[in-house]
Amino acid sequence: MKKQFGEAVREASLDRKQAIILIAVEHLREISRYCRDHEKFDMLIDLTAVDWPKREKRFDVVLNLYSFPKNERLRLKAHASENEPVSSVCEIWPVANWLERECYDMFGIVFEGHPDLKRILMPDEWQGYPLRKDYDILKQDTDWVRENLGIESGQ
Amino acid sequence: MSNVSTTVLGADEIILNMGPQHPSTHGVLRVKLKLDGERVVGSECIIGYLHRGVEKIAEHRSYQQFAPYVDRMDYVAAVSNGLGYCEAVEKLLGTEAPPRARVVRTILTELQRIASHLLWLGTHALDIGALTPVFYCFREREEILKIFEKYCGARLTTHAFRIGGLQYETYDGFEQEVKRFCDDFSRRIDEYETLLTENRIWVGRTKGVGILTAEDAIAMGVTGPVLRASGVQWDLRRAQPYAAYDQYKFEIPTRTTGDTYDRYVVRMEEMRQSRLICLQAIENIPAGPIMARIGKVLKPPPGEVYHSIEAPKGELGYYIVSDGTTQPYRVRVRPPSFINLQAFDKMARGALIADVVAIIGTIDIVLGEVDR
Repeated sequence: MKKQFGEAVREASLDRKQAIILIAVEHLREISRYCRDHEKFDMLIDLTAVDWPKREKRFDVVLNLYSFPKNERLRLKAHASENEPVSSVCEIWPVANWLERECYDMFGIVFEGHPDLKRILMPDEWQGYPLRKDYDILKQDTDWVRENLGIESGQ
Repeated sequence: MSNVSTTVLGADEIILNMGPQHPSTHGVLRVKLKLDGERVVGSECIIGYLHRGVEKIAEHRSYQQFAPYVDRMDYVAAVSNGLGYCEAVEKLLGTEAPPRARVVRTILTELQRIASHLLWLGTHALDIGALTPVFYCFREREEILKIFEKYCGARLTTHAFRIGGLQYETYDGFEQEVKRFCDDFSRRIDEYETLLTENRIWVGRTKGVGILTAEDAIAMGVTGPVLRASGVQWDLRRAQPYAAYDQYKFEIPTRTTGDTYDRYVVRMEEMRQSRLICLQAIENIPAGPIMARIGKVLKPPPGEVYHSIEAPKGELGYYIVSDGTTQPYRVRVRPPSFINLQAFDKMARGALIADVVAIIGTIDIVLGEVDR
């Protein structure tokens, strides 16, 4: 793959016997297509993200792939910054539809080319993105108490 | 994908809301149906009513503290959830449960699969109008729950396993009770089958309803019995064995059409196979310790792990990132119900309203897991 994509494939590693490939986020869609069509990774098992707020590009977008013919797993990872749109892989694996919506819901990552990107688990009018590391679980509660009861929360 | 827009409707089309309090949605699922007469022309699932932020909670708990929370996702198959989580953390730590623990885990997980399938069978049949099976199914499920209760004190959210093995030894007479249940159970499945398999109403309500082809199933990420009913012979217990599954012989039942009836047949056969696995396992439970030496404070080395198991509903995966502290940096749950539910729209289009109930039932979702 390194040959095929050159610089777009940043790093390939093995962690506890799992194959992980770090790629450039701009090439996510073409590498995904390549994985499906040439490497036979026909199922997208999971798509999620991890937040590393101290890093310049704070998000890891993580795709867990599985290949039926090879019985192998592969993990694709790409770094993305907060306002950087990530290209959607819905056309390649339709299962990504809800997974990307959840990712947007929880982290605020915008997937470009997604047919219907909106919140899925949280209510539509929700403020903030719960799984970001700077989303404080107490803050929202104290804010609500202050606003609606006019007192300071004891939490 | 379907976007059920309420503003653009054909002359004969209406929007019908089903749920979130509808009894046959098995919890709090709301389905927005776009109908042309009795036919479904589009649908949208609205979920999140049971969202508790499990993944966020995990980041504020230690590895052991988070273990009971996973039981509350798929709460009718808590043992399977616990197995997946414990094994994922063990993989992260680079350790393994001792052989005895692995075999006991396998037995309990297979009993849980039977219990989960029984609950599915009873309620699914009830939705379609067969009132009788649910009583029989609960009768047998009760026997399994009694075994769980005797083993760990809890029936539903069991927290039966610990990271590194088991907390409790099996009780006296455990093998005999499992054996008694299994011996009796083979006759019971036949009994359910006499009620349903050739029942004209049952066949009429399920054959050809909610067809999902193998290509669609793979594209939609569908796993578990739903995938196998579409003709893909794939089971993680065989493909990437965990616990003690590599020691036992069992078959992977598949069907070809991928309709509601096929999914019924596959799950019935799976219960038989689970029973056989239990019988093989109790024959020879190795002696030895039940807990690996892992220490009281768990600090997995930095890194990440994805581990998945074949839960009763499909592939249940845990993606855990460690930063070397006592609390996980990130826990992602790959919920089979959530992903299988996405295929609902594909299965429901063109179906009648009455079949929607059958299709929701046949996917076998648990909203606690869909919403987490």
